[in-house]
This record gives sequence, C-alpha cells and structure tokens, in this order.
Amino acid sequence: MSGPSDYQPSNPALQWIERRLPIFGLIHSSFVAYPTPRNLNYWWTFGAILSFMLGIQILTGVILAMHYTPHADLAFKSVELIVRDVNYGWLLRNMHAVGASMFFVAVYIHMFRGVYYGSYKEPREVLWILGVIIYLLMMATGFMGYVLPWGQMSFWGATVITNLFSAIPYAGESIVTLLWGGYSVGNPTLNRFFSLHYLLPFLIAGVVVLHVWALHVAGQNNPDGVEPKTEKDTVPFTPHATIKDMFGVACFMLLYAWFIFYMPNYLGDADNYIPANPGVTPPHIVPEWYYLPFYAILRSIPNKLAGVIAMFSAIIILCFLPWLDSAKTKSSKYRPLAKQFFWIFVVVCVLLGYLGAQPPEGIYVIAGRILTFCYFAYFLIVLPLLSRIETPRPVPNSIADAVLAKTGSKSTPMVSTAIVLALAGALFAGSIDSARASEGNDKPPGNKWSFAGPFGTFDRGALQRGLKVYKEVCANCHGLSYIAFRNLAEAGGPGYSVAQATAFASDYKIKDGPNDAGDMFERPGRPADYFPSPFPNEQAARAANGGAAPPDLSLIAKARSYGRGFPWFIVDFFTQYQEQGPDYVAAVLQGFEDKVPEGVAIPEGSYYNKYFPGHAIKMPKPLSDGQVTYDDGSPTTVAQYSKDVTTFLMWTAEPHMEARKRLGFQVFIFLIIFAGLMYFTKKKVWADSH
Amino acid sequence: MTTASSADHPTRRDFLFVATGAAAAVGGAAALWPFVSQMNPDASTIAAGAPIEVDLSPVAEGQDIKVFWRGKPIYISHRTKKQIDEARAVNVASLPDPQSDDARVKSGHEQWLVVIGICTHLGCIPIAHEGNYDGFFCPCHGSQYDSSGRIRQGPAPANLPVPPYQFVSDTKIQIG
Repeated sequence: MSGPSDYQPSNPALQWIERRLPIFGLIHSSFVAYPTPRNLNYWWTFGAILSFMLGIQILTGVILAMHYTPHADLAFKSVELIVRDVNYGWLLRNMHAVGASMFFVAVYIHMFRGVYYGSYKEPREVLWILGVIIYLLMMATGFMGYVLPWGQMSFWGATVITNLFSAIPYAGESIVTLLWGGYSVGNPTLNRFFSLHYLLPFLIAGVVVLHVWALHVAGQNNPDGVEPKTEKDTVPFTPHATIKDMFGVACFMLLYAWFIFYMPNYLGDADNYIPANPGVTPPHIVPEWYYLPFYAILRSIPNKLAGVIAMFSAIIILCFLPWLDSAKTKSSKYRPLAKQFFWIFVVVCVLLGYLGAQPPEGIYVIAGRILTFCYFAYFLIVLPLLSRIETPRPVPNSIADAVLAKTGSKSTPMVSTAIVLALAGALFAGSIDSARASEGNDKPPGNKWSFAGPFGTFDRGALQRGLKVYKEVCANCHGLSYIAFRNLAEAGGPGYSVAQATAFASDYKIKDGPNDAGDMFERPGRPADYFPSPFPNEQAARAANGGAAPPDLSLIAKARSYGRGFPWFIVDFFTQYQEQGPDYVAAVLQGFEDKVPEGVAIPEGSYYNKYFPGHAIKMPKPLSDGQVTYDDGSPTTVAQYSKDVTTFLMWTAEPHMEARKRLGFQVFIFLIIFAGLMYFTKKKVWADSH
Repeated sequence: MTTASSADHPTRRDFLFVATGAAAAVGGAAALWPFVSQMNPDASTIAAGAPIEVDLSPVAEGQDIKVFWRGKPIYISHRTKKQIDEARAVNVASLPDPQSDDARVKSGHEQWLVVIGICTHLGCIPIAHEGNYDGFFCPCHGSQYDSSGRIRQGPAPANLPVPPYQFVSDTKIQIG
C-alpha cells in the first residue's frame, strides 16, 4: 500500500476489472511485491499465525453456531449433541475451544515480541494501539464464548465478570442489570452473549485490516530496529515472507493438533462438564488461563472499585507504551538494561498468571501485591527512567550490515527464549490444576487404563461388563441421559451389533405420547431412545436420596478431576496424562471405609469415603464382591467392577475418543511431513538472500 | 529461478516445490471434508428416521389419515370402490407421468393408497378429496392428482411418490 501500483495483470479479463477496481494491484503491492526486512526472525511469523487462527475461529465458530442452541435449558445439551452426534462435531468443537487458547498463546508471543523489539515506537504508535484494541476485543470475545456451553464455569464466570461492573459508583447496579437483561445471569444473558460472540470476531477482522494497513504504511519493524534504507535491506514479501510464515503456521499447527487430538480438556476445567447450577458455586472459580494475570491483579487489591480499576488499567496502560518508553533505540538487542528488565517483566506476568489460579489466601495475596506493583512499575517507572539514563549499544548502519555481521554467530538466545517461553506457558496453563491441589485429600491412585495414551482404545470386554454393572447397580439411582441405545452399536463403543442393541433397548419401558386420545403411554425402547432416568425430576431424586441428587453419569468421567500439582501438570502435557477423571471415579467407588479416621466427622445419613472431597458422601457403598455376575470369567470383585464401570463411563463421556486419537495420529504424520517439506522449501527460497 | 532450463529436465528444487505444493493441496482438501460432512444429518436425526408402524384398523373406507415419517407428511387413504375403479380406468399412456395404479399399491391391498403428501412442483402439501380427479389438489399452484396420487393437471412434473412400506399384517403397515 505504498502509493499507486504500476502492476498490470496480463489476462485481459483481469485488466478489464483492474481498470475499474484496482484490487489485483492492491493485493500485489501488499502481499507480493511488498518489501519486507530481510532480517526478520521467526517471532515475526506470529502475525501470520494469528491471521490463520482468526480464520479458523471464524470458520469453526460459524459452523458450531449451525448446531448450537442458545437457550439456558438447551445450550449444555446442544453442545454435547454436537460432540456426540454431528459428523466430526467433536473435531470442530475441539478446534474451536482449543483454538481460543492457541489464539491467545500466539497473541501473547506477538505482543511480547512487539515490546522486546520496540515495535510500538514512532512511526508505529497507531499500529500498536490498534493491536491493543484487537486484544481487548479478543478478551471480550473469548469470555463470551466461554459462557456459551453453559456449564458451571460458564455460568459462574459470567456472574463474576459481569459483577465487575457493579464496582462503578452509583450506576454500577443498573449497568449490571442491563448487561444481564434480568435480575441475575440467565437466559437473556446467554442469548445476548451468543449474539455478541458471533459479532465481535468480525469486528476483530475489521480492526485487523486496519492493523495491517497501518503496518504497510509504516513498514515492518525488525530485530535490529533500523529502518530499511536501500533495496539490499529488504526482500519481496512473496515468496520469502509467505513461505516463512507458512512454515511458522505449520509448526504452530503441530502444537495446536497436540491439544485438539490428544489433550482437548487440558486447558479447560472439569467443572464446565457440569451443567450450570445457579444454586451452587464451584469451590474454586478460575477464569480461563489467558485472563489469569489480570485476575491476579484484581484480587490483590483489597478494595472492590480499586481492584477493578487496576485490572482494566493493566490493559489500557499498553496504549500509552509508545510515550512511556521514549528511548530512541528501538530494539532491546541494543539496550542492555531494557533487555534485562523485559525478561523480568515476562517472569512477572507468568507468575501473576500462576497466582491467578491459586486460592486468594496467605502468601499468595502478598506475592500478588508485590507482583502487581512490579507489573505497573515496569511501565510507569522502569521504562520512563531507562529512556533517560540508559546508554544503548551502537545500532548497525543498515539491515544489510546487521545480516552480514550475524552470519556465523547463530542466534542462540532465540532458542533459549523459546524454551523459557514454552516452560512458562506450560506452568501457566497447568496452574489451573494446582488450584485444587491444596485440598488435603488423598490423591486417587493411578490406574493402567486401556484408553490412555496416544493409541489408547477401549477394552470391549470392560465396556460390556461396565454396562452390566451400570444397568444392575448404578442405574437404580443415576441417569445416563446423553446415551442412546443406538450408541451401544456404534464404532468405538462396546462392540454390540445393531440387533443386540435393539434387543437391549426393547427390555426398557419408554414413556411416550401423547397418543390420539391425549394420553401418555409406555412402549418398549427403540435404538433411538435414550437411557431412561431413574427419577422423573431432580426434586424426586433429591427426596429419595437424603437430599443429595445422584448426578447423571453420562459425563462424570470428564466432570470430575483432582489437582495434579507442580510439576506434574507440566509432565502431563508431554505424557498426555488425561485420566484424572477415571482415576477419581474408580477411587471413589473403592474408597468406602467402615472405620472413620479420627478427626473426621461424618454427619447422619452420610458415609466416609477416603477420596471424596470432604470425605462425607451421601452415596452408600454401592459395590460389593460377587454382586454382579460376569459371563466371561472376569473376577467379580469390587476392584474389577470399579475398573469396568469406570471404563464404561469414560466411553459414555467421550464416545468418539478412539476416532479422535486415530485421526490425531494421521494428522500428526501429515503435519510432520508437511512441516519438513516447508522447512526445506523455505531454505531453498531464502538460499539467495542470506 | 531457472525456470527456462527446468522445463527440459526438472531440478531437485522444482521437485521440492511440487512436493510441498502437492502436500499442501492434499492436506487442504482433506481438512475441508469435516467442514462439509458436518452439514449432513447428524446421528440423532438419522436414528429418529427409523421405520414407523401405523395401525390401519381405525381408518374407514373413504377416509384418510396423515402421519409423519422423517418429517414428511404421509397420506394413507382407504380408497372406495369408485376411487379404485377410476384409478384403473385411465389410459396410462395419456398421463403426464405414466404409471399404472397396480405399480402404486400393494397387490391384495388395493384399497390402501400410501403416498408422500408433498406436491412434486414446489413442495406444498396437497389437500385430500379435492380437485377434479377424486384425489388431491395442491392449493399453491393448482396441481391436481388423481385417486392414485398421479399428476393429472397443473405445473407439477411427477406423481406423488410412494414411500417404502410393507404390510406387517392386514391392518398394519411399516413405513421406511
């Protein structure tokens, strides 16, 4: 976009259009001939990665909206139906949910890169501010998107975040009521969040166009922070930057696919697999990982209004960065002090993120206050001061000089910073887990599950036995309402034939109607019917079970978890350990003990369980040896029953797990080959330019 | 780049570019499939489209009922002697969509006409017992069907389709 282009298409039809709408010239000058500094490193590929992620989010989001129902009574179920019934619905949902996290991973790297290399400095102030606006829009979009599945974390996240506005003096309460469209978070809130969640990404795309426009007016900054002077300093955008960006995207997709296919719930919260309940707040309410640093700042200020102001200031202050840092040297490469403070600042942000996931008590509060001070001090004290007192090292005369000087000395700092950032990211992401680590319960023992790991599959025998245990024992109190009889005959399930599933269904009495006379009637079950629940409604379930409604078991293996603690949550990322839920369920089934340890009070009507949070569980010991007969000779012990029924419940929680892992392996093979090809192509294209 | 010389004997560089481009194309095409496939009916919709059974005993001669199967209205008519005779008396060759009445009912159960009640013109629902042919009349654009559900007059191009069905007993059919 540097002046009118003299580009002329050779095709006469395109020439005809070009004379009337010079769109090909615009594309050519912006993305083909556009001169890009030749010394850009891989941190600069995150712009392209972000564009890619925005495209993925919009595409998968539009598709999910085709299947989603924005209603408080139906939203949770519709998300489960997407995952269970829509063709590749599980893939599209994982892509979107994980995609949000990947989008933020990329944007944080992109922003830190901008800070390190001084990309906000004259003449790129507007470019930078547009970026901050995109970031703000992303936060709003991400928050509203997280509300849509209408699980416990969705509901309570929405409640807590909207209540931030109640801190505004005088008008606060009215503003919150306006946001909710009611007296509390409810169906109107969900509906408007859905509408806005659909709208905002297109606003983001619009601001991205402005962002790129401003970038192409000012030109890209570069690691040496000297503006290109001659043609020797730049290379044409295509093919050089295009290929390099595509290689960056391919590598990023490896990380993205790791989460989609192997760790889809690693970045989420188990509580969000429990449907929203306005009467019960989860014990540890934690926002998504990408908001944690700001959540920590909010909580470290003991005054409500001041806390909210501090939190928003922490983001808004970024807009003033070009004027807070007035040093003439752009790149921290040539600023010895700024470089050190930058890394301290990164550590401060990561630690704030860690604290955001911890319970707000004791040492965490004090540490939070110190780090909040450090966060603001970086912008308000360190940067203004450094601009005045620091003596920068001499910058090279030109980019070409910098490139020539660099040849031979490999960029090791880049590698080490990548490792630091990867570690920091893992620490950050996993800190949600450690929020629950401090409860002091016995940790459930680990089991060897057939479905664990990248090639895990369900043990068919265990699934069939587990179904029997469910049918004969659990089903007396617990529903399984997301599972239809037809699922029993689906690939990746217990391996029954359609005829067997039909026969299984016909043993059940299903309430149907009304018939022509207006009466409800009972008929034998069909494959399309769902497992009937033992109680007609929650009140009946509660009344029959001493006040505690037995939860539906469809999702229980994903809706329960336990804290892994440091450093396990980092190890888990690499080992793909995802079986907290099954381990917990199996442990609770076996955790009943007659002898209550000293110091534990078990109220009347409750039972002692070693692994249940708080130890007092309303469910009596459900399984005993020999209770269910097995036809295949497996031992009829509580341990075996627990293992079988837990395997079965893992399948009910994720019926397409085998398909997910199988497709994941294929995608990885492809991505590794493709990234390799891209690497060599990139080397070839750049061979003449180094 | 040496495009001129590579025309005769491809270089290693060209091979690399072609391989990378091909991998990108294959990957892109494969990635497209889930985005298309998700538009098809989901598993619960397919399961809900399973065959249904209809009891015919309450339907008296000259009456008809409408049931729904896969979201489509199915007309089940208990035809009178007159209707059957009319349907059989027509010269099949003269019809816009030639088809004999025999081919549209089950032998031995000629009194029962089972058709999908969706006009083959543009999808409106024709009204039973109306029109000039003792059959169906579509109020949208005036198509008229006879007592065998065959198109006789109006813009519709084809007869009312017969859904897959069979007699389970003399008074019960299974549609689908």
